[in-house]
Amino acid sequence: MTAVQQSPATSNPTHPLNVIVATDCGSTTTKAILIEKVGNEYRQTYRGEAPTTVEAPFEDVTRGVLNAIAEIEELSGRTILDGDRIITPNQAAQGDPKRGVDIYVSTSSAGGGLQMMVTGVVQNMTGESAQRAALGAGAIVIDVLASNDGRLPYEKIERIRTMRPDMILMSGGTDGGAVTHVVEMAEYIAAAEPRPRFGSTYRLPLVYAGNKDAQPQVNKILGEKTALEFADNIRPVLERENLAPARNKIHDLFLEHVMQQAPGYKKLIEMAGAPIMPTPAAVGVIMETIAKREGINLIGVDIGGATTDVFSVFSRLFNRTVSANLGMSYSISNVLAEAGLENIMRWVPFTIDEQTLRNRIKNKMVRPTTIPQSLDELQIEHAIAREALRLALIHHKSLATGLKGVQQERTISDVFEQRTSGKTLIDLLKLDLIVGSGGILSHAPRRIQSMLMMVDAYEPLGVTTLSVDSIFMMPHLGVLSTVNEQAATDVFVRDCMVYLGTCIAPIGQGKDGERCADYEVALPDGRIEKGTLAFGDLKLFSLTRDQQATVTLQPSKQVDLGEGPGQSFTRTVKGGVVGLMLDGRGRPLQLPTDQAARVAMLTRWYQAVELYPTS
Amino acid sequence: MAHSYTPGLTVTERTTVRRRRILPLPGSVLVQIGDAVHADTAVARAELPGKVVPLNLANQLGIAPDEINDYLVKKEKDSVQKDDVLAENKPFIKWFKTEIRSPITGKVESVSTITGQILLREPPRVLELRGYIDGVVAEVHPEQGVTVESTCSLVQGIFGIGGETSGELVMGVKAPDQPLLPEQLNASMKGKVVVGGAFLSATTMTRAKELGIVGLVVGGIHDKDLRALLGYDLGVAITGSEQVGFTLILTEGFGTIPMAPKTFALLSAHAGQKASISGATQIRAGVIRPEIIIPHSGPAAATKVAQAEREGIQLGDPVRIIRDPLFGKIGAVSGLPSELRAIPTESEVRVLEVRFPDGTTTVVPRANIEVIEGA
Repeated sequence: MTAVQQSPATSNPTHPLNVIVATDCGSTTTKAILIEKVGNEYRQTYRGEAPTTVEAPFEDVTRGVLNAIAEIEELSGRTILDGDRIITPNQAAQGDPKRGVDIYVSTSSAGGGLQMMVTGVVQNMTGESAQRAALGAGAIVIDVLASNDGRLPYEKIERIRTMRPDMILMSGGTDGGAVTHVVEMAEYIAAAEPRPRFGSTYRLPLVYAGNKDAQPQVNKILGEKTALEFADNIRPVLERENLAPARNKIHDLFLEHVMQQAPGYKKLIEMAGAPIMPTPAAVGVIMETIAKREGINLIGVDIGGATTDVFSVFSRLFNRTVSANLGMSYSISNVLAEAGLENIMRWVPFTIDEQTLRNRIKNKMVRPTTIPQSLDELQIEHAIAREALRLALIHHKSLATGLKGVQQERTISDVFEQRTSGKTLIDLLKLDLIVGSGGILSHAPRRIQSMLMMVDAYEPLGVTTLSVDSIFMMPHLGVLSTVNEQAATDVFVRDCMVYLGTCIAPIGQGKDGERCADYEVALPDGRIEKGTLAFGDLKLFSLTRDQQATVTLQPSKQVDLGEGPGQSFTRTVKGGVVGLMLDGRGRPLQLPTDQAARVAMLTRWYQAVELYPTS
Repeated sequence: MAHSYTPGLTVTERTTVRRRRILPLPGSVLVQIGDAVHADTAVARAELPGKVVPLNLANQLGIAPDEINDYLVKKEKDSVQKDDVLAENKPFIKWFKTEIRSPITGKVESVSTITGQILLREPPRVLELRGYIDGVVAEVHPEQGVTVESTCSLVQGIFGIGGETSGELVMGVKAPDQPLLPEQLNASMKGKVVVGGAFLSATTMTRAKELGIVGLVVGGIHDKDLRALLGYDLGVAITGSEQVGFTLILTEGFGTIPMAPKTFALLSAHAGQKASISGATQIRAGVIRPEIIIPHSGPAAATKVAQAEREGIQLGDPVRIIRDPLFGKIGAVSGLPSELRAIPTESEVRVLEVRFPDGTTTVVPRANIEVIEGA
């Protein structure tokens, strides 16, 4: 991201970075971590958290930051704060190594994150490119307007007027092409006189990244009415997408305009020693780094209180989507609205009447910082999380299509394909790793709970490794990597990623109890576990992170493990804190519609992997 | 230096509130600092731009966009009446004449020779911003609005529906644990704010609407009744613009939950007085909670009340449990252990001990209580 000059006292510090404090200001909770250099490597040592304070009575995000850091102070015995100021640099040179930190960095998604509206000319070409540019910059896209989106002109104007985005990204046209449609869209925006979400006195930031020939006309129409900035065309020619300049411009405007309006952010920017990053942008940096370093295909998910972000890297192409209203607290009620009660209830291993469940979900919505206290409450939240994860992946699949990433060359036939099909890049059979993050996954009381939530929601096919962010620190490490890559990598490898294990899921369906595959698992201690995996079975083998097992499966003739139906399959897999899971429940996963049968089946699965404590 | 913070809702007999009354776009302020205003006093006025209607004249006349100026009858900034001719061609044969008429009364906002489009705008609509509460103008924000200050009793709710309104406060029930039934509503309650107890049903809401009751304040309702009232399933708690016939405020949450005795007692004590209420709720991004403001009148009203600043949760604080299995129960903090404790979910969390009025105690996660704020 392009840095905006801030806090000269702490930017580009000349002193070594030995003690780092980082926060992520989420919509619900502000999480702080302390990172210290121990010998030659960086380790995450303490963490603290506090409710985010963008709301009354404080209306100042830094209050929550100070609270979270104060918790670290209590736990670590280190003095970090002097009143409302973070002591930098660390006072080791002055003989007091337990006083101060060398740098403070932060990410933020509080206050609803960065909400953008994007426009294009052709909805599934420049409209989609603009959407990808905004999403890649860490934004929530609240609407995509395009000349051919089916809405009448006055409907577009009304829509622009009623929305209060933080920023607009305009795209459309190839350089040197026709200017008419993109100018028309500029006219609509001007007529709507859009106003920003926060504050009524400043002009709405607008990035124009369309046909460069239309810049003078766009400037004439919107120059006075918006804080207009120009970026290179995101689609200079049909076959090429060029998202980086628009993304960088969005980041700059986010810091210069949007953050300045949110409660307390001016102070937060001054406190930080590096530019504040939108949380999803920081998580994206980390996800992309893992995939590139390991040369794998991955899906990452960050399920938060208000939104669920999905990241994917397939064949080195990075994509990110955000499902703005799928989350576990503020948006929990919307998960119910979108998924439907039946889909949530199918994961709950007991019966509960609809009215009670609906009231409970609404109560979580209005009091988003509460936590499940009883086991049934936890199970309901886990059921809702499965549906939020599932819906967010469906959304992601629909956008992670065709032309992707920066400067990707495509042939003209691909362009025609994108117009018609928009084929998704997500191929679960080629998926190597799922990385989960966010409170519900990172803080699940048992790690198997996180693993099964992701397996149930995503239904991975064949062999897939799963991991979680141990205590939810990917955002912190993402922003830290922009300042000190070694510190971010050290902590990521040693403290952040918790490998849960490997799931092997044959593709196919059969009657409960029918043979799915014969298996043979050669464990590291020399033992060989042999048996039959029946449809409806879940089997778990203990296999730690530093161990490997060789698994051979002979599927029944209609069952496929990626080698073709009935074809034998052998693979060496790694373990994790949960182990190796053989999932014989069939793909696609089907649950009985009869309530008693469904509860019995869930109970059987959950007991097979000791998902919850037995009372 | 710890800044312990626990979210809470204020229920207080006496406080000073300041409410910013800001126009959605610049306009004129109609009052001055020190002016006494009422809930229905217009304090600022703005002209909301009219609807825009685009017409592509070039397409309709079959001409190139850069030629449209030659065909225009009305020019930029001209006023137009509905059916006025905006543009016409001049064929040799009269039968082929095409006239483009204005679909609205308004003015020509702009003409584009790039797109061949003309934008018409309807006349502006005057928006008058009301004072919302009885009080005094404490600040004037030029062209934007004012801040009105009032010494009052204040009750914050947890969730609401509908916008700002005001009316006389009337008690619909005798005790906080009673439900508000349709038969307890009558014609004398028209234009008033009716306080219920633990619950009100969809039938009570229908009856309230029929009678012209402007506000309902109650402990809880069922989500299914909210869905029926709105006609859709509310996904995210951002409300205030609903038009359901009245403003509804929940003080406790969803379900049948007795109103906190303190809240009920305060509202009872002010029965017969005028209250300003707002159902606007926004749980994200600069939280807004629904509120009931009962302005104090008389000379004492002018005295400012010092606002106590919370210093985190303390022993003896009145609290409400806000999560099942004891959702809605009210007690006082009787213990604040600092170590983490395992709860039935196996999570290890910070907890506190709550003592209920009957002397029994329970341990709950700190995240699952809410301080009932206000002296």
